[in-house]
Amino acid sequence: MTDPERDLVRHTAALARLELDEAEVDRLAPQFAAILRHFRVLESVEVDDAEPMTGASGVRDVLRADEVRPSLAPDAVLGNAPRSSDGFYVVPKTVGGEE
Amino acid sequence: MSEALCREGAAWVSAVTGTRWVGVIGLEVHAQLATNSKLFCSCEVRFGAPPNSLTCPVCTGQPGSLPVLNAAALGLAVRTALAVGADVAAESKFDRKHYFYCDIPKNYQISQYDRPFCTGGGIRLASGRFVRLTRIHLEEDAGKAIHDRGEHTLVDLNRAGVALIESVSEADLETPEEAVEYLEALKEIIRYAGAGEADMEKGQLRCDVNVSVRPEGEAWRTKVEIKNLNSFRHVREALEYEIPRQIEAYESGESARLPRQETRLFDASAGVTRTMRTKEEARDYRYFTEPDLPPITLTEAFVERQRGLLCELPQARRRRYREELGLSEYDARVLTGTREVADYFEAVARLCGRPKEAANWVANDLSRALADPEVAAGSIDELPVKPFDLAELIELVAAGTINTTGAREVLGLMVAGSGSPREIVAERGLEQVDDEASLEAWCREALEGREQVAADVRAGRTKAIGAVVGPVMKASGGKANPQRVREILLRLIAEDDQPRP
Repeated sequence: MTDPERDLVRHTAALARLELDEAEVDRLAPQFAAILRHFRVLESVEVDDAEPMTGASGVRDVLRADEVRPSLAPDAVLGNAPRSSDGFYVVPKTVGGEE
Repeated sequence: MSEALCREGAAWVSAVTGTRWVGVIGLEVHAQLATNSKLFCSCEVRFGAPPNSLTCPVCTGQPGSLPVLNAAALGLAVRTALAVGADVAAESKFDRKHYFYCDIPKNYQISQYDRPFCTGGGIRLASGRFVRLTRIHLEEDAGKAIHDRGEHTLVDLNRAGVALIESVSEADLETPEEAVEYLEALKEIIRYAGAGEADMEKGQLRCDVNVSVRPEGEAWRTKVEIKNLNSFRHVREALEYEIPRQIEAYESGESARLPRQETRLFDASAGVTRTMRTKEEARDYRYFTEPDLPPITLTEAFVERQRGLLCELPQARRRRYREELGLSEYDARVLTGTREVADYFEAVARLCGRPKEAANWVANDLSRALADPEVAAGSIDELPVKPFDLAELIELVAAGTINTTGAREVLGLMVAGSGSPREIVAERGLEQVDDEASLEAWCREALEGREQVAADVRAGRTKAIGAVVGPVMKASGGKANPQRVREILLRLIAEDDQPRP
């Protein structure tokens, strides 16, 4: 039987490349449902006459000059990675974004 | 393409049903902007640097780091928008586009969703067809994932965060040829706008194609996206494969074969497209406003300043070269090949006041020098010959100081960095010899023993004179004025014809 909430959990998990077992889906589906109910309340607010918000700080137009500054040493950056080799990050084989 | 389909102009005609099918093509082109530093951080942009040597907390997505927009990138993007006649928005903002992949360290790409910095505009093809642009937006590039070295994927983040503009066209194109023509025109505009080099080999221009097919005059059908197109040739080949594939699927009537909305990868070695994944829908990217980047105002003053930096575009230049300067279509094309060459030619033409001669020297001799690997000049601006020097050379020829042969020799020395044309001519004694006595002496010498030439000329075959002009030029060390030599030879032959006393 299809259950929209459970499908949504599975779909969202797939987008985040997370593996969930059925028990986890069972636990998360009602939580998703509650969150979505809350957003449906927000959705019902009339906003047609309001300008879309583009930021909370009121700051605008922060730009920098196109000047090069030294980057971090590769060793320092790669030191944070679980695995590296010859200056590259090494990750599990992921070809072309195939799912 | 199977035998059941044949190409008739822009259409593919089915031999089975007689249906005329046409392609519906839209292009998404990513072009790297020619900035020194990345879009949101100060890391250098450099092709071919050691892996992961050009990264920082911002472009590797470390917690607490803050992106700041590169002003130059915004300027170049606006200049490109103006070059294609787009409308620049008064206000723009950035959004996060989420997806999980190893080349995108933040798990989102900073892009623009609902408020791109420009919309509209377009490019006119030679056929007169106007290809509309939906929008151009700014975004950061992803890093590079390398899959063909061993059992793991290797990731280099030097490219992550590099400034790109993505130009999205409407589905106004119908054929593979039109798609390539559009791409070439867009590349030319990006280069002329000074926005980027758009070098496909360096990955500075990348293209995704959206394509569907329909019987002529009917409604649009399901579109397929093709990725991984790294050259114009691949774009053409992918479309030449994909359009008949879709037509044949519809013609087969088998529901399992019908095109579905999906992303396909072009396999260049096999010349085919293959299913990559079912397409993620826009909502799967969970776009939302980038909270770390405040909105940007594109004031009229800023936009006008960018317009002032925009030069005349190639199509307009070619028209002007033909109509006002009287150049051939061929020369106009060669001279507008890059903005540097066009600017160079115009400077020479302006300085010497002889556009046709300037066109000849730039399009032929100088282009040859530029192509010579020994000269090792990457662009015309790197040659030691400046427009002022070439203009001087053209004036020396026009004034009769040197002949064309001598001028070629001088140019060779100029390219080698030996100095200005006047200096070279004076140092090497290359001035054309106009002195009557010297010329006549060389001519008499050359005529000796060539009675047949004299006889031919007397018989009206004046072209035969060429056989004597050569030896005279040789005797003069290439310095004789060939026009004067010709005149003297004809006079001597005619005099010789007089009855002897």
